[in-house]
Amino acid sequence: MLRYAILRIFGAIPTLLLVIALAFLMVHAAPGGPFDAERMLSPEVEANIARAYHLDESLPQQFVRYVRGLLRGDLGPSYVYLDRNVSEVISRALPVSMQLGVLAMLLAIVVGIAAGLTAALSKNSFIDRFVTGIAMTGISVPVFVVAPVMVLVFAVYLNWFPASWTGGGGVSRLILPVVVLALPQIAYIARLTRASMIGVLSSDYVRTARAQGLRTSSIIRYHALKPAMLPLVSYMGPAIAGILTGSVVVEQVFGIPGLGQFFVTGALNRDYTLVLGIVILYAALVIGLNLIVDLLYGILDPRIGGR
Amino acid sequence: MNRSLSFARCFSRQRLLFPACIAICLSACGGADEQRESLLNRGLGDEPGSLDNHKARTIQAGDVQRDIGEGLTGYAADGKLEMAAAERVEVSEDGLQYTFWLRPDGRWSNGDRLTAADFVFSFRRLVNPDTAAFYAQQSFGDVVNATEIISGDKPVDELGVAAPGELQLEITLEYPVPYFLALLTHPSTFPVHRSSIELHGDAHARPGNLVSNGAYKLQAWEVGSYIEVVRNEQYRNNAGTAIDRVRHHVTPEDATELNRYRAGELDVTFSVPSEAFAQMKRERPDELRVSPYLAVYFYGFNLSKAPFKDNPKLRQALSMAVDRETLTENITGRGELPAYSWVPPGIVGYEPRKFLYANLSKEERHAKARELYREAGYGEDNPLITTIHYNTAGSHRRIALAVQSMWKEVLGVEATLINEEGQVLLERIRMQNETEVFRLAWTGDYADAHTFLSIMESDNPSNTLFGFKNAEYDSLMNRAALQTDPARRQVWLEEAERHLLSQHPVIPLYFFVNKSMVSPRVRGWGDNVLNYHYSQHLSLSETD
Repeated sequence: MLRYAILRIFGAIPTLLLVIALAFLMVHAAPGGPFDAERMLSPEVEANIARAYHLDESLPQQFVRYVRGLLRGDLGPSYVYLDRNVSEVISRALPVSMQLGVLAMLLAIVVGIAAGLTAALSKNSFIDRFVTGIAMTGISVPVFVVAPVMVLVFAVYLNWFPASWTGGGGVSRLILPVVVLALPQIAYIARLTRASMIGVLSSDYVRTARAQGLRTSSIIRYHALKPAMLPLVSYMGPAIAGILTGSVVVEQVFGIPGLGQFFVTGALNRDYTLVLGIVILYAALVIGLNLIVDLLYGILDPRIGGR
Repeated sequence: MNRSLSFARCFSRQRLLFPACIAICLSACGGADEQRESLLNRGLGDEPGSLDNHKARTIQAGDVQRDIGEGLTGYAADGKLEMAAAERVEVSEDGLQYTFWLRPDGRWSNGDRLTAADFVFSFRRLVNPDTAAFYAQQSFGDVVNATEIISGDKPVDELGVAAPGELQLEITLEYPVPYFLALLTHPSTFPVHRSSIELHGDAHARPGNLVSNGAYKLQAWEVGSYIEVVRNEQYRNNAGTAIDRVRHHVTPEDATELNRYRAGELDVTFSVPSEAFAQMKRERPDELRVSPYLAVYFYGFNLSKAPFKDNPKLRQALSMAVDRETLTENITGRGELPAYSWVPPGIVGYEPRKFLYANLSKEERHAKARELYREAGYGEDNPLITTIHYNTAGSHRRIALAVQSMWKEVLGVEATLINEEGQVLLERIRMQNETEVFRLAWTGDYADAHTFLSIMESDNPSNTLFGFKNAEYDSLMNRAALQTDPARRQVWLEEAERHLLSQHPVIPLYFFVNKSMVSPRVRGWGDNVLNYHYSQHLSLSETD
């Protein structure tokens, strides 16, 4: 398995390079530049700025300069946060997004699996319909609706939690954003778990176990739970990468200095290096988490483990 | 405390998850030691980007820079120009030589004396090509040799600034600039601390490194979250500063910002969302502050090609067909003023000229517009087919829809709306190949009509957006520039505006207003056209 993991990691390098090259081309292909504004600069000032930030070089030259920097671990200077470099912006924003993302994912896993299992075990009952209905609502109602409503109810009217990241210290400021981030994930996980568990429970070996007189709780615990988790594990890889790199809506609504916000404003402001830095991070996370998912598959499913 | 306990308890059954939760929760704790006394929480709008006086380029950066820095001149709470780091100035009769005497008690935040040599160093850094300062040309382009230095043709020490005495500073201009003292309120002309720059280089404007000369000093900067400034004990007028600490919160979304204000987390907002404006006016009329702002919202024409090139009659017809009162009352709805001139009202000593048709009734305007439309070669059988480009933000779409329908109703114009991202729109306007009619806005940098009128001069870099080339207009602006007598200068500027309006290169739609929620506990808030609100002019009526 170690050999497999190492091969996969080396195999990911060309993918990552391709992502960097494509992202570099795409951000530079977008019309406008990082220093364009309604107030036009005089040609002399424009030339000085282009020279200072190497924007006067050809695109291949800029690409080579960027990749050289990357090899030294330097993601380059930000074109908007001029007093800082991209590594610094990301290293401050990533822990914030991760903190929220990890908590939201933990909440989503616990509540989502519990709800999904409950629904699957009482298939077609009132509880099942209730859970499925709530899950559908959770998926359908967008975050940009849920988040402001929650702020209005719990922060403005009830005053239970701060309305923003800087409005209060400690755990209280985490609760609303974590719950908002977790809600759609809970819904997805509950639906996935329910469908998968119903499938497993109707399989032949579970029927055989039942025929042998095993108790339902034992069947679920020792025979059904692990295989039922397989689709969930596949889903978790990209979902975790997505949630760790921040959600722009949640971050804007709660004023959280996370990665999602920097990614979107970076793209709008043509902050080439910042956008590239976050794309590289996101790509690396997706590649890394997919690898972990594949390794977990081997552990969860004995049919794959041998390969 | 109870909340955090119950939060932990809810996870306690998940034995594996619990340690992870605790670790993450602990790392989130730590901001609870906030003192509410003398702390002002202000909404800042977008993240300012940089606080280096020579690299900052946003309105938001300026709001923070005016707290932590100070130029030779500044503004009082009511927007009147006043002396700041300098206590007096003498201007030579020809208007070319400015001699400033700095205040003897001027100090940097680290205790160093603020001297004329600091200003000379700062101005040289501003125009140095290696600094690549955005505002080099705009703020200092009129100073002797500045343009040549910016383009690298002369060394920086040939800039027309000198320090004949420790507190005496001389600035020599190429030609008279009557608004030069107003230009010196711009943060790009604030001094920078030489030894900090030599020590920290590009990182000199960060917390811990930044040495500044304003009423506050930079304490903390969480990018994307807030900037905190604290009282600068070394400031010359520290006794006059009432608030000890100010937090400028990054609030890119105005709806979110309003929620934070309503939850008591902000004392002042940067803006008020249009959706909630009527509600705030009804529920909190005393907290809603609305006043004229030095900015104009307009539709520009692509003057480089047909149908608008050399066709002032068509442009005038379209301008006359727009019902500005409907736009400001029913669409923007936040107290904006219908625009019949190019220069917004509110500039002391300047009376904006108006379109000649401004006094006509709606029916008369429409009749005249139809006549001009026909004279320009269009009519019912041959309608103008054009496009309106606007960017994806705010109420631009609703305004474009209204203008589209007004043009259709009055003239029969077939206009297609094209929605684009901001930078894409700017690029298209600049390239002048695809746009026909486009939305833009212009904000004044200083309280002088020149900040609006100069951009229509043929050689102004921003004229790329308009493509307006008019020899008579340039000549009128030149005449105004040569006047040293302010009253005569205003006459020429007003004449230039009158000529500009007669050519209809743009359709001014409305003048912006400042709109903020200001908590009743904040005192000293003065409305002014530049929307500058120095924290040192404010105080809090209570401590809680």
